[in-house]
Amino acid sequence: MPAFSVSTDPVLEVSNLGVRLGGRQVLQDISFTLKKGSVSALIGENGAGKTTLLRSILGIQTWQKGSIRVLGKTARGQLSQIGYVPQKIAFDPYLPLRTRDLVALGQTGRHWWQRSDTAAVAEALAAVQAESFAEQRVGMLSGGQQQRAVIAHALARRPRLLLLDEPLANLDFASASRLVELLGVLARKQGISVLVTAHDMNPLLPILDHLVYLVGGRAAAGNVAEVVRSDVLNRLYGYPVEVLQHRGRLLVLPENPQQGLEIPCHVHEHLDQHD
Amino acid sequence: MFSSFLLHTWIAATLLAIAAGSLGYFVVLRRSAFAAHALPLAAFPGGALASLLGFAPLWGLGGFAIIGVLFLRIFSLLGRRDVAMGLLLSSFLALGGLFLSLGREYAARVYGLLFGEVLGISSASLLPLALLVSVVLLLLLWQFPILLLESTQPELANAHAISSARIEWFFLLLLALVSAAAVPVVGTLLVFTLLVSPAAAAQRLSRRPYHAWALAILFAELLSWSSIALSYWSNWPLSFFVGVQGALLFLFSRIFARS
Repeated sequence: MPAFSVSTDPVLEVSNLGVRLGGRQVLQDISFTLKKGSVSALIGENGAGKTTLLRSILGIQTWQKGSIRVLGKTARGQLSQIGYVPQKIAFDPYLPLRTRDLVALGQTGRHWWQRSDTAAVAEALAAVQAESFAEQRVGMLSGGQQQRAVIAHALARRPRLLLLDEPLANLDFASASRLVELLGVLARKQGISVLVTAHDMNPLLPILDHLVYLVGGRAAAGNVAEVVRSDVLNRLYGYPVEVLQHRGRLLVLPENPQQGLEIPCHVHEHLDQHD
Repeated sequence: MFSSFLLHTWIAATLLAIAAGSLGYFVVLRRSAFAAHALPLAAFPGGALASLLGFAPLWGLGGFAIIGVLFLRIFSLLGRRDVAMGLLLSSFLALGGLFLSLGREYAARVYGLLFGEVLGISSASLLPLALLVSVVLLLLLWQFPILLLESTQPELANAHAISSARIEWFFLLLLALVSAAAVPVVGTLLVFTLLVSPAAAAQRLSRRPYHAWALAILFAELLSWSSIALSYWSNWPLSFFVGVQGALLFLFSRIFARS
């Protein structure tokens, strides 16, 4: 061990972040840190401010209050340390671009005299198991394959922090659990800090270290047991909510004033919302 | 067929095809075919003004194409891009019509600007054309990965600190320059074909980015050379062959593309 170790420093440190967009306070007093090799989730409904928070970390969105530091420095100079996987991924079918080319473009931003790092490209393709379609046009791949190709694109610059915007939104159950497994492996084996936005935390629970629960631009952060509790969430929502547990899964619901209704009704209600 | 005054045409067309094929590749990637139609038309009144006041047409064409870019960017910020484009197209065409009506030889000038004046290329105009083409080619080669990424997935490019607005300016200004250079040769109405059809065919046939780019340039060359030859033998206008063969090229590429 060296005399001092950098690895204990947080990879991402957000403190007292406040963002106003078009006169509306989109994010207020957001604070959390991500450690090396951890998996974290930004949980919240549409409009809770998840994408704004990701865009702020990427330096695309400006903020008015607080600070964001990546590996101890301001985020703007650290883009080469961050991999980003946007939510909307669509490629024209006849784009002259193979999966391998898209992954190599992940190193864009190097200067032209720097040679491309082919080992990093091969590793990124292997990490998402995309070798079988590496030579195919990206536009001809299925949605799930395109997503893996974009993850490999993000990995090609060997990032320390990987941001994914709603990666589970358009996947079937089998692909979703495969992706969750992959994210776990990236964090544990390669030491990448992974930050995922989602409106449902349940598929991520097996790998989740840390949670940032966003409601109307405010957040509660900590591990699952610290955050997903009725007292913490009551304060966040500003009205009574309850947390139900069913076989390791968590449901957050407005507290039902009519006591005596059976739990399966709540479950049903919840599923309807997420069809 | 290779006599001295036609030799200028061969050289000009060869240079032009390099620029049109290489830039057209990004026109197709960025789905900017409409801009590739609008900017040559924006250059048109510049050509008319130059012939009215008697200065070199390249200055008029280039100046008005750049004014067209400013017009496009400002109006797209105020409203929708396609609406801005449509307004640009019609107002500049009207302006060109006015400039032409003020001068003499109305019909001949209109024809030259809209459909090209192949035999009117002087040796003096070849040097600026060669310079312009090399600048366009070098800039594209230098910025190739950045342009490719921003044109296909702007959001991914933004995460690499690439500004979409800056890329759009860069692209439109190059398009304005190429339009200005191409109008005297193939005419306002057919620059579009030279930009779009070789690139679209190449992207159908090749799945590799640089390979498809080189193929687009090759197709643009074949299209212009065969059009000059056919025009020479048949005595039909060059623009007819460029337009028709461009459409056929795209059609054949769809038939022969395997993946």
